[in-house]
Amino acid sequence: MNDKNKIITGLIIFIVIITFPFWYNMGKASPVPEPKLTDKAKAAKECVEPKEYMKVEHMQILDIWRDSVVREADRVYINEKGKKFNMSLSTGDDSCMGCHSNKADFCDKCHDYASVRPYCWDCHIEPPKEKK
Amino acid sequence: MNVNYMFSLLAVVVLILLAYVGVEGAGLQVLFGVIIPYIAVFIFIAGFVYRVMDWVRSPVPFRIPSTCGQQKSLPWIKENKIDNPSTAGGVIVRMIFEILFFRSLFRNTSCRLNEGAKITYVWEKWLWLAALAFHYSFLTVLIRHLRFFLEPVPVCLQLLEKVDSFFQLGLPGLFLSGVVLLAAVIFLFLRRIYIPQVRYISLASDFFPLFLIISIAITGIFMRYFTKVDIVGIKEFAMGLVTLHPTIPDGLGGLFYVHLFLVSVLFVYFPFSKLMHMGGVFLSPTRNLPNNNRAERHINPWNPSVKLHTYQEYEDDFREKMIEAGLPVEKES
Repeated sequence: MNDKNKIITGLIIFIVIITFPFWYNMGKASPVPEPKLTDKAKAAKECVEPKEYMKVEHMQILDIWRDSVVREADRVYINEKGKKFNMSLSTGDDSCMGCHSNKADFCDKCHDYASVRPYCWDCHIEPPKEKK
Repeated sequence: MNVNYMFSLLAVVVLILLAYVGVEGAGLQVLFGVIIPYIAVFIFIAGFVYRVMDWVRSPVPFRIPSTCGQQKSLPWIKENKIDNPSTAGGVIVRMIFEILFFRSLFRNTSCRLNEGAKITYVWEKWLWLAALAFHYSFLTVLIRHLRFFLEPVPVCLQLLEKVDSFFQLGLPGLFLSGVVLLAAVIFLFLRRIYIPQVRYISLASDFFPLFLIISIAITGIFMRYFTKVDIVGIKEFAMGLVTLHPTIPDGLGGLFYVHLFLVSVLFVYFPFSKLMHMGGVFLSPTRNLPNNNRAERHINPWNPSVKLHTYQEYEDDFREKMIEAGLPVEKES
């Protein structure tokens, strides 16, 4: 009876909470990130697997690669087409980051957007850029 | 075969097929991706407000002393201040225990016949445990999903994700809340199937939300760990919804729309179902009122104003006649 005000206050708080995403983003532009390819990556045309596959499965490939390298000392990856690749994230020119050397513009763009923080770089370091 | 759960299961299967065929077959991305989710959110809020306002109008004139402890009494009798509160502070503590830890459910006992015909009440904590696991993991999953709806993603969300994927199992990292949610909701479902008494009182309206939530969890888990979806596309889509500039990126896949449609159905269904215990728990009259019936007088507010004629007035009217007839009076003149 006399709790009407309390209940309505609670209801308003609830509505504010559940509509939080609507007003949190108000007036903010949130462009969809476009990962940039380096010239080297562009020239190579294709990654170890097709782009669509890489987009959704790259984390699993890296996970499998890690186990293969660390546990079985096997550094050779053969893709669908039978082409051989060196399994390495960040060492040398024929590693993932040898081609995709622009971590901030390539890896981080989508990861930040989707709030994914891979623990790759807990151990690996981004290969230092050559000074020009 | 139980009609109640078969109907519910069938309903959920039909809903899944509806969304899948609608998107993959008929190409109704705009309907399932934009129109239905907006309608669902609107109905959820409007329905929620409607139900709560309905409860606001329902009068609760008296305290309902359903308690689990000693009431405030003489000073040398120890009061149970939480289970039988006499103050607002005690009530707040009782409500916190109820809402955050399901204290009433914790008191659950199961009644069995032991040693022949001897009835025994045994403490039964599994329901409480599963309910707690279910609600908290569902909350975690819900909050985690905000990463699709907020840009930039707040730090607290990132922290939550870090804790949730604490074990760093596989890639993408396994979120514990998803596993716990599915396990707990399946336990709650099996409980309704396997315990005869519970099955007897279970209705379609109990099974339907369970199947719905199970399907939502399974589609979500599939998208994250098995079939994979374009996560950036989904964020673009979700951001479009919350900034009121809906877009339909290509290649989101039927499974995503099934997931979204089931969530929309849950939102629409929510305010008109038993799931409203989310709002209702705050308004439980046996929990949210101090038990002070004996200390304070609560007058029913819609009592009609009755013209009173007290005994004193009666005696004033008839005193002389009463004395004459030899009746005892309180005041002599």
